[in-house]
Amino acid sequence: MAGSGNLLGLTAHELAKSVEAGEISAREAAEAANARVEEVETEVNAFVTTTPELALERAKRTDARDGDRRLWESVPLAVKDVLSTRGVKTTCGSKILEGFEPLYDASVLVNFGGDLIMVGKSNMDEFAMGSSTENSAFGPTRNPWDLDRVPGGSSGGSAAAVAAGEGWWALGTDTGGSVRQPAALCGIVGLKPTYGRVSRFGLIAFGSSLDVVGPMTRDVRDSALLLQAIAGHDPRDSTSANVEVPDYLSELDGGVEGLRVGVVTELMDERIDAGVREVTGRVAEGLEGAGAEVGEVNLPHAYYALEAYYIIAPAEVSSNLSRFDGVRYGLRVPAEGVHEMYRRTREEGFGAEAKRRIMLGTYALSSGYYEAYYAQAQKVRTKIVEDFRAAYSRYDVLISPTSPSVAFEIGAKTGDPLAMYLQDICAVPASLAGIPAINIPGGLSDGLPVGVQLMSDHFTESMLLRAARVAEQVADFEFALKP
Amino acid sequence: MISEEQVRHVANLARLGLTEEEIERMGGELGAILDSIEKIRELDLTDVPPTANPLNLSNVLRSDEPRAELPREEALAPAPESADDLFAVPRID
Repeated sequence: MAGSGNLLGLTAHELAKSVEAGEISAREAAEAANARVEEVETEVNAFVTTTPELALERAKRTDARDGDRRLWESVPLAVKDVLSTRGVKTTCGSKILEGFEPLYDASVLVNFGGDLIMVGKSNMDEFAMGSSTENSAFGPTRNPWDLDRVPGGSSGGSAAAVAAGEGWWALGTDTGGSVRQPAALCGIVGLKPTYGRVSRFGLIAFGSSLDVVGPMTRDVRDSALLLQAIAGHDPRDSTSANVEVPDYLSELDGGVEGLRVGVVTELMDERIDAGVREVTGRVAEGLEGAGAEVGEVNLPHAYYALEAYYIIAPAEVSSNLSRFDGVRYGLRVPAEGVHEMYRRTREEGFGAEAKRRIMLGTYALSSGYYEAYYAQAQKVRTKIVEDFRAAYSRYDVLISPTSPSVAFEIGAKTGDPLAMYLQDICAVPASLAGIPAINIPGGLSDGLPVGVQLMSDHFTESMLLRAARVAEQVADFEFALKP
Repeated sequence: MISEEQVRHVANLARLGLTEEEIERMGGELGAILDSIEKIRELDLTDVPPTANPLNLSNVLRSDEPRAELPREEALAPAPESADDLFAVPRID
Protein backbone atom coordinates (compact mmCIF):
# COMPACT_ATOMS: atom_id res chain seq x y z
CA MET A 1 0.00 0.00 0.00
CA ALA A 2 0.93 3.62 -0.22
CA GLY A 3 3.99 4.64 1.73
CA SER A 4 4.96 8.30 1.88
CA GLY A 5 7.57 7.70 -0.83
CA ASN A 6 5.05 7.23 -3.64
CA LEU A 7 2.34 9.43 -2.18
CA LEU A 8 2.77 11.91 -5.02
CA GLY A 9 1.77 9.24 -7.51
CA LEU A 10 -1.73 8.89 -6.06
CA THR A 11 -4.83 10.73 -7.21
CA ALA A 12 -6.61 12.85 -4.61
CA HIS A 13 -9.31 10.20 -4.26
CA GLU A 14 -6.74 7.43 -3.75
CA LEU A 15 -4.92 9.54 -1.18
CA ALA A 16 -8.19 10.29 0.64
CA LYS A 17 -9.00 6.56 0.74
CA SER A 18 -5.54 5.73 2.11
CA VAL A 19 -5.95 8.27 4.89
CA GLU A 20 -9.43 6.95 5.62
CA ALA A 21 -8.00 3.43 5.88
CA GLY A 22 -5.38 4.66 8.34
CA GLU A 23 -2.46 3.76 6.04
CA ILE A 24 -1.10 7.27 5.99
CA SER A 25 -1.88 10.50 7.79
CA ALA A 26 -2.95 13.90 6.50
CA ARG A 27 0.22 15.27 8.08
CA GLU A 28 2.36 12.98 5.90
CA ALA A 29 0.39 14.15 2.88
CA ALA A 30 0.94 17.81 3.81
CA GLU A 31 4.65 17.18 4.32
CA ALA A 32 4.90 15.53 0.91
CA ALA A 33 3.07 18.43 -0.76
CA ASN A 34 5.23 21.03 1.03
CA ALA A 35 8.39 19.20 -0.01
CA ARG A 36 7.24 19.09 -3.62
CA VAL A 37 6.50 22.85 -3.53
CA GLU A 38 10.00 23.40 -2.18
CA GLU A 39 11.43 21.24 -4.97
CA VAL A 40 9.77 22.76 -8.05
CA GLU A 41 8.42 26.19 -7.12
CA THR A 42 11.49 28.19 -8.17
CA GLU A 43 11.01 26.80 -11.68
CA VAL A 44 7.21 26.83 -11.90
CA ASN A 45 6.15 29.88 -9.82
CA ALA A 46 2.64 28.48 -9.34
CA PHE A 47 2.04 30.48 -6.15
CA VAL A 48 1.87 34.09 -5.04
CA THR A 49 2.02 32.94 -1.41
CA THR A 50 2.96 29.52 -0.05
CA THR A 51 1.61 28.44 3.32
CA PRO A 52 3.57 25.35 4.48
CA GLU A 53 3.15 25.92 8.23
CA LEU A 54 -0.56 26.50 7.89
CA ALA A 55 -0.90 23.31 5.83
CA LEU A 56 0.95 21.28 8.48
CA GLU A 57 -0.95 22.73 11.40
CA ARG A 58 -4.32 22.09 9.76
CA ALA A 59 -3.26 18.60 8.68
CA LYS A 60 -2.52 17.75 12.30
CA ARG A 61 -5.96 19.01 13.31
CA THR A 62 -7.50 16.97 10.49
CA ASP A 63 -5.73 13.84 11.74
CA ALA A 64 -7.02 14.56 15.25
CA ARG A 65 -10.58 14.52 13.90
CA ASP A 66 -10.23 10.87 12.84
CA GLY A 67 -13.73 9.42 12.52
CA ASP A 68 -15.28 12.89 12.19
CA ARG A 69 -14.16 14.10 8.79
CA ARG A 70 -15.37 13.88 5.25
CA LEU A 71 -13.41 11.94 2.64
CA TRP A 72 -11.89 14.96 0.87
CA GLU A 73 -10.71 16.85 3.94
CA SER A 74 -7.34 15.10 4.26
CA VAL A 75 -6.13 16.04 0.76
CA PRO A 76 -3.86 19.14 0.43
CA LEU A 77 -5.17 21.80 -1.95
CA ALA A 78 -3.97 24.88 -3.86
CA VAL A 79 -6.36 27.85 -3.78
CA LYS A 80 -6.50 30.51 -6.49
CA ASP A 81 -5.52 33.89 -5.11
CA VAL A 82 -8.90 35.37 -6.04
CA LEU A 83 -10.66 33.43 -3.25
CA SER A 84 -10.69 35.24 0.09
CA THR A 85 -8.80 33.47 2.86
CA ARG A 86 -9.15 34.87 6.36
CA GLY A 87 -5.81 36.19 7.61
CA VAL A 88 -3.91 34.87 4.56
CA LYS A 89 -2.79 37.34 1.89
CA THR A 90 -5.13 37.51 -1.10
CA THR A 91 -3.86 39.62 -4.01
CA CYS A 92 -5.82 38.63 -7.13
CA GLY A 93 -2.44 38.91 -8.86
CA SER A 94 -2.65 42.69 -8.46
CA LYS A 95 -0.45 45.35 -6.93
CA ILE A 96 -3.59 47.12 -5.74
CA LEU A 97 -4.20 44.30 -3.23
CA GLU A 98 -0.58 43.59 -2.30
CA GLY A 99 -0.50 42.54 1.35
CA PHE A 100 -4.30 42.50 1.75
CA GLU A 101 -5.58 40.01 4.32
CA PRO A 102 -9.31 39.27 4.01
CA LEU A 103 -11.55 39.27 7.07
CA TYR A 104 -13.41 36.09 6.16
CA ASP A 105 -13.12 32.88 4.14
CA ALA A 106 -14.90 32.33 0.83
CA SER A 107 -17.94 30.06 1.24
CA VAL A 108 -16.41 27.34 -0.98
CA LEU A 109 -13.55 27.01 1.50
CA VAL A 110 -15.96 26.90 4.45
CA ASN A 111 -17.91 24.17 2.63
CA PHE A 112 -14.72 22.16 2.06
CA GLY A 113 -14.02 22.25 5.80
CA GLY A 114 -12.59 24.51 8.48
CA ASP A 115 -9.22 22.76 8.54
CA LEU A 116 -8.70 22.95 4.78
CA ILE A 117 -5.09 21.89 4.16
CA MET A 118 -3.99 24.74 1.91
CA VAL A 119 -0.47 24.61 0.48
CA GLY A 120 -0.67 28.12 -0.96
CA LYS A 121 -2.49 30.82 -2.90
CA SER A 122 -1.97 30.19 -6.58
CA ASN A 123 -0.90 32.72 -9.18
CA MET A 124 -3.29 34.17 -11.74
CA ASP A 125 -3.80 36.87 -14.33
CA GLU A 126 -4.65 40.11 -12.54
CA PHE A 127 -8.28 39.93 -11.33
CA ALA A 128 -8.64 36.78 -13.46
CA MET A 129 -8.33 38.70 -16.74
CA GLY A 130 -6.09 36.86 -19.16
CA SER A 131 -5.35 33.51 -20.76
CA SER A 132 -1.69 33.02 -19.90
CA THR A 133 -1.04 34.10 -16.25
CA GLU A 134 1.41 36.64 -17.69
CA ASN A 135 -0.81 39.47 -16.41
CA SER A 136 0.16 38.77 -12.80
CA ALA A 137 1.92 41.53 -10.87
CA PHE A 138 3.98 38.75 -9.28
CA GLY A 139 5.60 37.27 -12.39
CA PRO A 140 4.36 34.65 -14.83
CA THR A 141 3.74 31.02 -13.94
CA ARG A 142 5.55 28.51 -16.16
CA ASN A 143 3.97 25.46 -17.74
CA PRO A 144 5.36 22.34 -16.02
CA TRP A 145 5.37 20.55 -19.41
CA ASP A 146 7.71 23.14 -20.93
CA LEU A 147 9.01 25.90 -18.70
CA ASP A 148 9.33 28.32 -21.64
CA ARG A 149 5.58 28.14 -22.26
CA VAL A 150 2.56 29.62 -20.51
CA PRO A 151 0.26 27.48 -18.36
CA GLY A 152 -2.82 29.22 -19.76
CA GLY A 153 -4.99 31.43 -17.61
CA SER A 154 -6.34 32.96 -15.68
CA SER A 155 -6.11 30.01 -13.22
CA GLY A 156 -2.62 29.17 -14.55
CA GLY A 157 -1.08 28.86 -11.09
CA SER A 158 -3.73 26.34 -10.00
CA ALA A 159 -3.30 24.31 -13.21
CA ALA A 160 0.49 24.30 -12.96
CA ALA A 161 0.34 23.36 -9.26
CA VAL A 162 -1.77 20.27 -10.04
CA ALA A 163 0.37 19.26 -13.04
CA ALA A 164 3.52 19.63 -10.91
CA GLY A 165 2.09 17.90 -7.84
CA GLU A 166 2.20 21.00 -5.63
CA GLY A 167 -0.92 19.81 -3.86
CA TRP A 168 -3.13 17.03 -5.25
CA TRP A 169 -5.81 19.35 -6.54
CA ALA A 170 -6.74 23.01 -6.76
CA LEU A 171 -9.58 25.47 -6.92
CA GLY A 172 -9.76 27.82 -9.88
CA THR A 173 -12.37 30.24 -11.12
CA ASP A 174 -13.86 30.42 -14.59
CA THR A 175 -15.46 33.51 -16.13
CA GLY A 176 -14.74 32.86 -19.81
CA GLY A 177 -12.61 29.70 -19.70
CA SER A 178 -10.23 30.44 -16.83
CA VAL A 179 -10.50 26.93 -15.34
CA ARG A 180 -10.84 24.98 -18.60
CA GLN A 181 -8.19 26.59 -20.82
CA PRO A 182 -5.29 26.34 -18.30
CA ALA A 183 -6.41 22.78 -17.49
CA ALA A 184 -6.17 22.07 -21.25
CA LEU A 185 -2.69 23.61 -21.57
CA CYS A 186 -1.35 21.79 -18.47
CA GLY A 187 -2.88 18.37 -19.17
CA ILE A 188 -5.29 18.17 -16.24
CA VAL A 189 -9.06 18.00 -15.67
CA GLY A 190 -10.86 21.33 -15.13
CA LEU A 191 -14.58 21.66 -14.43
CA LYS A 192 -16.68 24.80 -14.70
CA PRO A 193 -19.91 23.88 -12.87
CA THR A 194 -23.31 25.35 -13.72
CA TYR A 195 -23.49 29.06 -12.88
CA GLY A 196 -24.91 29.26 -9.33
CA ARG A 197 -24.07 25.64 -8.43
CA VAL A 198 -21.21 26.92 -6.26
CA SER A 199 -21.31 30.01 -4.07
CA ARG A 200 -19.46 33.14 -5.21
CA PHE A 201 -19.40 34.65 -1.70
CA GLY A 202 -15.78 35.58 -0.97
CA LEU A 203 -14.77 35.16 -4.60
CA ILE A 204 -13.46 38.61 -5.52
CA ALA A 205 -15.75 39.45 -8.42
CA PHE A 206 -14.74 39.80 -12.09
CA GLY A 207 -17.91 39.20 -14.13
CA SER A 208 -20.68 38.56 -11.64
CA SER A 209 -23.11 37.00 -14.13
CA LEU A 210 -20.38 34.62 -15.38
CA ASP A 211 -18.01 33.79 -12.48
CA VAL A 212 -17.95 30.19 -11.21
CA VAL A 213 -15.53 28.40 -8.87
CA GLY A 214 -14.35 25.06 -10.25
CA PRO A 215 -12.24 21.99 -9.40
CA MET A 216 -8.86 21.48 -11.11
CA THR A 217 -7.72 17.89 -10.68
CA ARG A 218 -5.67 14.95 -11.96
CA ASP A 219 -8.68 12.98 -13.13
CA VAL A 220 -12.47 13.02 -13.40
CA ARG A 221 -13.07 11.11 -10.15
CA ASP A 222 -11.12 13.77 -8.26
CA SER A 223 -13.19 16.40 -10.04
CA ALA A 224 -16.43 14.80 -8.83
CA LEU A 225 -15.09 14.58 -5.28
CA LEU A 226 -13.93 18.20 -5.17
CA LEU A 227 -17.22 19.41 -6.66
CA GLN A 228 -18.99 17.46 -3.90
CA ALA A 229 -16.87 19.34 -1.36
CA ILE A 230 -17.71 22.85 -2.58
CA ALA A 231 -21.19 22.74 -4.17
CA GLY A 232 -24.36 23.98 -2.55
CA HIS A 233 -26.75 26.85 -1.98
CA ASP A 234 -25.47 29.80 0.03
CA PRO A 235 -27.87 32.37 1.51
CA ARG A 236 -24.99 34.88 1.33
CA ASP A 237 -24.88 34.64 -2.47
CA SER A 238 -28.31 35.51 -3.83
CA THR A 239 -27.32 34.19 -7.29
CA SER A 240 -26.45 30.75 -5.91
CA ALA A 241 -29.01 28.13 -6.88
CA ASN A 242 -31.26 26.50 -4.33
CA VAL A 243 -31.01 23.13 -6.06
CA GLU A 244 -30.25 19.88 -4.25
CA VAL A 245 -26.64 18.62 -4.54
CA PRO A 246 -26.59 15.01 -5.76
CA ASP A 247 -23.93 12.40 -4.96
CA TYR A 248 -21.52 13.07 -7.83
CA LEU A 249 -19.56 9.87 -7.32
CA SER A 250 -22.43 7.40 -7.29
CA GLU A 251 -23.09 7.21 -11.04
CA LEU A 252 -19.60 8.16 -12.20
CA ASP A 253 -18.81 4.75 -13.67
CA GLY A 254 -22.16 4.28 -15.40
CA GLY A 255 -20.67 4.51 -18.90
CA VAL A 256 -22.02 6.23 -22.03
CA GLU A 257 -24.13 3.47 -23.60
CA GLY A 258 -26.90 5.24 -25.53
CA LEU A 259 -25.71 8.73 -24.55
CA ARG A 260 -26.17 11.20 -27.43
CA VAL A 261 -22.99 13.20 -28.08
CA GLY A 262 -22.89 16.14 -30.52
CA VAL A 263 -19.66 17.47 -32.05
CA VAL A 264 -20.00 21.27 -32.32
CA THR A 265 -19.38 22.19 -35.97
CA GLU A 266 -18.67 25.88 -35.33
CA LEU A 267 -15.89 25.02 -32.85
CA MET A 268 -14.13 22.61 -35.21
CA ASP A 269 -13.28 25.06 -38.02
CA GLU A 270 -9.94 26.43 -39.25
CA ARG A 271 -9.59 28.79 -36.29
CA ILE A 272 -8.63 25.68 -34.33
CA ASP A 273 -5.20 24.12 -34.88
CA ALA A 274 -5.31 20.89 -36.90
CA GLY A 275 -3.62 18.86 -34.16
CA VAL A 276 -6.24 19.99 -31.64
CA ARG A 277 -9.13 19.10 -33.99
CA GLU A 278 -7.61 15.71 -34.62
CA VAL A 279 -7.37 14.83 -30.92
CA THR A 280 -10.93 16.06 -30.33
CA GLY A 281 -12.17 13.89 -33.19
CA ARG A 282 -10.39 10.85 -31.76
CA VAL A 283 -12.00 11.32 -28.35
CA ALA A 284 -15.43 11.59 -30.03
CA GLU A 285 -14.70 8.33 -31.87
CA GLY A 286 -13.63 6.78 -28.57
CA LEU A 287 -16.96 7.72 -27.00
CA GLU A 288 -18.75 6.18 -29.98
CA GLY A 289 -16.70 3.02 -29.50
CA ALA A 290 -17.84 2.97 -25.86
CA GLY A 291 -21.50 2.98 -26.90
CA ALA A 292 -22.42 6.65 -27.34
CA GLU A 293 -24.38 7.88 -30.37
CA VAL A 294 -22.20 10.55 -31.94
CA GLY A 295 -23.43 13.16 -34.43
CA GLU A 296 -22.85 16.76 -35.45
CA VAL A 297 -24.57 19.77 -33.95
CA ASN A 298 -24.74 23.48 -34.78
CA LEU A 299 -24.49 26.43 -32.42
CA PRO A 300 -24.94 29.17 -35.05
CA HIS A 301 -24.40 32.07 -32.66
CA ALA A 302 -21.14 30.63 -31.34
CA TYR A 303 -19.53 32.83 -34.01
CA TYR A 304 -20.69 35.87 -32.04
CA ALA A 305 -19.97 34.54 -28.55
CA LEU A 306 -16.45 35.92 -28.18
CA GLU A 307 -17.59 39.38 -29.25
CA ALA A 308 -20.56 39.35 -26.85
CA TYR A 309 -18.31 38.09 -24.08
CA TYR A 310 -15.77 40.87 -24.65
CA ILE A 311 -18.53 43.42 -24.10
CA ILE A 312 -20.38 41.82 -21.18
CA ALA A 313 -17.34 40.75 -19.14
CA PRO A 314 -15.51 44.12 -19.35
CA ALA A 315 -18.79 45.94 -18.60
CA GLU A 316 -19.14 43.92 -15.39
CA VAL A 317 -15.45 44.44 -14.62
CA SER A 318 -15.69 48.19 -14.94
CA SER A 319 -18.36 48.10 -12.27
CA ASN A 320 -16.80 45.43 -10.01
CA LEU A 321 -13.31 46.96 -9.97
CA SER A 322 -14.66 50.34 -8.90
CA ARG A 323 -14.44 49.03 -5.33
CA PHE A 324 -10.64 49.33 -5.54
CA ASP A 325 -10.45 53.02 -4.76
CA GLY A 326 -7.95 53.30 -1.92
CA VAL A 327 -10.61 53.78 0.76
CA ARG A 328 -11.39 50.51 2.56
CA TYR A 329 -8.46 48.19 1.73
CA GLY A 330 -5.43 47.82 -0.48
CA LEU A 331 -3.20 50.43 -2.00
CA ARG A 332 -3.72 54.16 -1.54
CA VAL A 333 -1.62 56.74 -3.36
CA PRO A 334 -2.01 59.97 -1.36
CA ALA A 335 -3.32 63.11 -3.07
CA GLU A 336 -4.87 66.44 -2.12
CA GLY A 337 -8.47 65.67 -3.09
CA VAL A 338 -10.43 62.43 -3.11
CA HIS A 339 -10.86 62.25 -6.89
CA GLU A 340 -7.17 62.65 -7.54
CA MET A 341 -6.53 59.98 -4.87
CA TYR A 342 -8.87 57.57 -6.72
CA ARG A 343 -7.19 58.25 -10.07
CA ARG A 344 -3.61 57.93 -8.82
CA THR A 345 -4.34 54.82 -6.73
CA ARG A 346 -5.93 53.07 -9.71
CA GLU A 347 -3.24 54.27 -12.13
CA GLU A 348 -0.53 52.86 -9.89
CA GLY A 349 -2.37 49.75 -8.70
CA PHE A 350 -3.82 48.25 -11.89
CA GLY A 351 -1.81 46.57 -14.65
CA ALA A 352 -2.22 47.08 -18.41
CA GLU A 353 -4.93 44.46 -19.07
CA ALA A 354 -7.06 45.51 -16.08
CA LYS A 355 -6.90 49.12 -17.32
CA ARG A 356 -7.79 48.06 -20.86
CA ARG A 357 -10.86 46.13 -19.69
CA ILE A 358 -12.02 48.88 -17.35
CA MET A 359 -11.78 51.31 -20.26
CA LEU A 360 -13.54 48.96 -22.67
CA GLY A 361 -16.35 48.25 -20.23
CA THR A 362 -16.81 51.86 -19.23
CA TYR A 363 -16.94 52.83 -22.91
CA ALA A 364 -19.50 50.10 -23.72
CA LEU A 365 -21.73 51.24 -20.84
CA SER A 366 -21.35 54.97 -21.47
CA SER A 367 -24.08 57.21 -22.78
CA GLY A 368 -24.57 56.83 -26.55
CA TYR A 369 -22.93 53.38 -26.78
CA TYR A 370 -24.96 51.33 -24.29
CA GLU A 371 -27.62 50.18 -26.80
CA ALA A 372 -25.16 49.44 -29.59
CA TYR A 373 -22.80 47.37 -27.47
CA TYR A 374 -24.03 46.21 -24.06
CA ALA A 375 -27.73 45.81 -24.84
CA GLN A 376 -26.93 44.09 -28.14
CA ALA A 377 -24.48 41.72 -26.41
CA GLN A 378 -27.14 40.74 -23.87
CA LYS A 379 -29.45 39.84 -26.76
CA VAL A 380 -26.72 37.76 -28.40
CA ARG A 381 -26.47 36.02 -25.04
CA THR A 382 -30.16 35.08 -25.32
CA LYS A 383 -29.55 33.64 -28.82
CA ILE A 384 -26.67 31.55 -27.48
CA VAL A 385 -28.87 30.21 -24.66
CA GLU A 386 -31.48 29.31 -27.31
CA ASP A 387 -28.85 27.59 -29.48
CA PHE A 388 -27.86 25.37 -26.55
CA ARG A 389 -31.50 24.64 -25.72
CA ALA A 390 -32.07 23.45 -29.28
CA ALA A 391 -28.89 21.36 -29.19
CA TYR A 392 -29.90 19.68 -25.93
CA SER A 393 -33.23 18.63 -27.42
CA ARG A 394 -31.19 16.30 -29.65
CA TYR A 395 -28.03 15.64 -27.66
CA ASP A 396 -27.10 14.98 -24.03
CA VAL A 397 -23.50 16.11 -24.20
CA LEU A 398 -21.69 18.41 -26.64
CA ILE A 399 -18.00 18.02 -27.47
CA SER A 400 -15.45 20.50 -28.83
CA PRO A 401 -11.84 21.53 -28.29
CA THR A 402 -11.24 23.54 -25.10
CA SER A 403 -8.54 25.83 -26.49
CA PRO A 404 -7.67 26.51 -30.14
CA SER A 405 -4.00 25.63 -29.54
CA VAL A 406 -1.61 23.88 -27.22
CA ALA A 407 0.49 25.95 -24.76
CA PHE A 408 2.28 28.84 -26.48
CA GLU A 409 5.60 30.45 -25.61
CA ILE A 410 5.85 33.03 -22.86
CA GLY A 411 5.70 36.48 -24.47
CA ALA A 412 4.23 35.24 -27.77
CA LYS A 413 0.90 37.05 -27.41
CA THR A 414 1.51 39.73 -24.76
CA GLY A 415 1.72 42.53 -27.34
CA ASP A 416 -1.54 41.61 -29.04
CA PRO A 417 -4.66 41.60 -26.83
CA LEU A 418 -6.90 40.33 -29.65
CA ALA A 419 -4.71 37.27 -30.26
CA MET A 420 -4.87 36.53 -26.55
CA TYR A 421 -8.67 36.89 -26.49
CA LEU A 422 -8.95 34.28 -29.28
CA GLN A 423 -7.73 31.67 -26.78
CA ASP A 424 -11.25 31.83 -25.32
CA ILE A 425 -13.32 31.12 -28.47
CA CYS A 426 -14.28 27.58 -27.50
CA ALA A 427 -14.84 28.36 -23.82
CA VAL A 428 -17.07 31.45 -23.81
CA PRO A 429 -20.31 29.99 -25.25
CA ALA A 430 -20.77 27.79 -22.14
CA SER A 431 -19.91 30.75 -19.90
CA LEU A 432 -22.56 32.97 -21.47
CA ALA A 433 -25.18 30.21 -21.19
CA GLY A 434 -24.16 29.33 -17.62
CA ILE A 435 -23.96 25.62 -18.44
CA PRO A 436 -21.44 23.17 -16.99
CA ALA A 437 -18.36 22.33 -19.07
CA ILE A 438 -15.31 20.21 -18.38
CA ASN A 439 -11.85 19.90 -19.89
CA ILE A 440 -10.21 16.51 -20.09
CA PRO A 441 -6.74 15.88 -21.53
CA GLY A 442 -7.42 14.20 -24.87
CA GLY A 443 -3.89 13.42 -26.00
CA LEU A 444 -0.77 15.18 -27.22
CA SER A 445 0.06 17.40 -30.18
CA ASP A 446 3.71 18.38 -30.72
CA GLY A 447 4.43 16.71 -27.38
CA LEU A 448 2.08 19.05 -25.48
CA PRO A 449 -1.36 18.31 -23.96
CA VAL A 450 -4.53 18.95 -25.96
CA GLY A 451 -7.73 19.70 -24.05
CA VAL A 452 -11.14 18.39 -25.08
CA GLN A 453 -14.27 20.08 -23.76
CA LEU A 454 -17.56 18.37 -22.89
CA MET A 455 -20.65 20.48 -22.15
CA SER A 456 -24.14 19.61 -20.88
CA ASP A 457 -27.33 21.31 -19.73
CA HIS A 458 -27.78 23.25 -16.45
CA PHE A 459 -27.32 21.14 -13.28
CA THR A 460 -26.47 17.91 -15.14
CA GLU A 461 -22.93 17.65 -13.76
CA SER A 462 -23.49 13.98 -12.79
CA MET A 463 -24.07 13.01 -16.42
CA LEU A 464 -21.28 15.30 -17.64
CA LEU A 465 -18.79 13.71 -15.23
CA ARG A 466 -19.93 10.22 -16.28
CA ALA A 467 -19.27 11.08 -19.94
CA ALA A 468 -15.96 12.74 -19.04
CA ARG A 469 -14.91 9.64 -17.11
CA VAL A 470 -15.29 7.55 -20.25
CA ALA A 471 -13.63 10.26 -22.36
CA GLU A 472 -10.51 10.20 -20.18
CA GLN A 473 -10.44 6.41 -20.34
CA VAL A 474 -10.55 6.33 -24.15
CA ALA A 475 -8.09 9.26 -24.48
CA ASP A 476 -4.48 8.57 -25.30
CA PHE A 477 -3.17 10.33 -22.18
CA GLU A 478 -1.85 9.33 -18.76
CA PHE A 479 -1.30 11.81 -15.93
CA ALA A 480 2.34 12.02 -14.86
CA LEU A 481 4.00 14.68 -12.70
CA LYS A 482 5.95 17.40 -14.52
CA PRO A 483 8.58 18.81 -14.66
CA MET B 1 -9.20 54.06 -33.35
CA ILE B 2 -10.92 56.15 -30.73
CA SER B 3 -9.84 59.73 -30.18
CA GLU B 4 -7.61 60.96 -27.41
CA GLU B 5 -10.47 63.13 -26.20
CA GLN B 6 -12.76 60.07 -25.89
CA VAL B 7 -10.04 58.12 -24.07
CA ARG B 8 -9.67 60.96 -21.56
CA HIS B 9 -13.45 61.19 -21.13
CA VAL B 10 -13.86 57.45 -20.47
CA ALA B 11 -10.84 57.34 -18.13
CA ASN B 12 -12.42 60.17 -16.16
CA LEU B 13 -15.72 58.29 -15.91
CA ALA B 14 -13.79 55.29 -14.55
CA ARG B 15 -11.70 57.48 -12.17
CA LEU B 16 -8.67 55.86 -13.76
CA GLY B 17 -5.40 57.73 -14.09
CA LEU B 18 -3.46 57.04 -17.29
CA THR B 19 -0.02 58.22 -18.33
CA GLU B 20 0.31 60.16 -21.60
CA GLU B 21 1.85 57.07 -23.16
CA GLU B 22 -1.05 54.90 -21.97
CA ILE B 23 -3.58 57.37 -23.36
CA GLU B 24 -1.89 57.25 -26.75
CA ARG B 25 -1.71 53.45 -26.82
CA MET B 26 -5.23 52.96 -25.44
CA GLY B 27 -6.85 54.77 -28.39
CA GLY B 28 -5.42 52.28 -30.88
CA GLU B 29 -5.96 49.20 -28.74
CA LEU B 30 -9.56 49.99 -27.84
CA GLY B 31 -10.23 50.89 -31.46
CA ALA B 32 -8.93 47.52 -32.66
CA ILE B 33 -10.97 45.62 -30.04
CA LEU B 34 -14.12 47.61 -30.84
CA ASP B 35 -13.63 46.98 -34.58
CA SER B 36 -13.49 43.24 -33.93
CA ILE B 37 -16.62 43.41 -31.78
CA GLU B 38 -18.48 45.47 -34.38
CA LYS B 39 -19.78 42.29 -36.05
CA ILE B 40 -22.44 41.66 -33.39
CA ARG B 41 -24.20 44.75 -34.72
CA GLU B 42 -24.91 42.99 -38.01
CA LEU B 43 -27.45 40.73 -36.25
CA ASP B 44 -31.05 41.93 -36.25
CA LEU B 45 -32.15 41.24 -32.67
CA THR B 46 -34.90 43.84 -32.37
CA ASP B 47 -37.44 41.59 -30.65
CA VAL B 48 -35.00 39.43 -28.70
CA PRO B 49 -35.14 39.91 -24.91
CA PRO B 50 -31.80 40.52 -23.16
CA THR B 51 -30.21 37.96 -20.82
CA ALA B 52 -28.58 39.38 -17.69
CA ASN B 53 -28.42 36.17 -15.64
CA PRO B 54 -28.14 32.70 -17.17
CA LEU B 55 -30.55 31.15 -14.66
CA ASN B 56 -33.05 34.00 -15.06
CA LEU B 57 -33.38 34.43 -11.32
CA SER B 58 -35.42 37.36 -10.12
CA ASN B 59 -36.20 38.92 -6.77
CA VAL B 60 -34.31 36.64 -4.41
CA LEU B 61 -35.39 37.99 -1.03
CA ARG B 62 -34.41 37.37 2.55
CA SER B 63 -36.10 38.46 5.74
CA ASP B 64 -35.11 41.91 6.92
CA GLU B 65 -33.59 40.99 10.25
CA PRO B 66 -30.44 42.35 11.87
CA ARG B 67 -27.57 39.87 12.04
CA ALA B 68 -24.13 39.89 13.59
CA GLU B 69 -21.68 41.54 11.21
CA LEU B 70 -17.97 42.35 11.33
CA PRO B 71 -17.01 44.36 14.41
CA ARG B 72 -16.12 47.94 13.48
CA GLU B 73 -12.52 47.63 14.59
CA GLU B 74 -11.97 44.57 12.44
CA ALA B 75 -13.63 46.13 9.40
CA LEU B 76 -11.38 49.17 9.67
CA ALA B 77 -8.17 47.14 10.08
CA PRO B 78 -7.31 46.80 6.34
CA ALA B 79 -8.09 50.47 5.58
CA PRO B 80 -5.17 52.68 4.48
CA GLU B 81 -6.40 55.37 6.88
CA SER B 82 -9.12 55.65 9.52
CA ALA B 83 -10.18 58.33 11.98
CA ASP B 84 -12.87 58.48 14.68
CA ASP B 85 -13.87 54.85 13.95
CA LEU B 86 -14.54 55.74 10.31
CA PHE B 87 -12.77 55.33 6.96
CA ALA B 88 -10.77 58.50 6.34
CA VAL B 89 -10.39 60.05 2.88
CA PRO B 90 -8.78 63.24 1.56
CA ARG B 91 -10.88 66.36 1.06
CA ILE B 92 -13.96 65.66 -1.09
CA ASP B 93 -13.67 67.97 -4.08
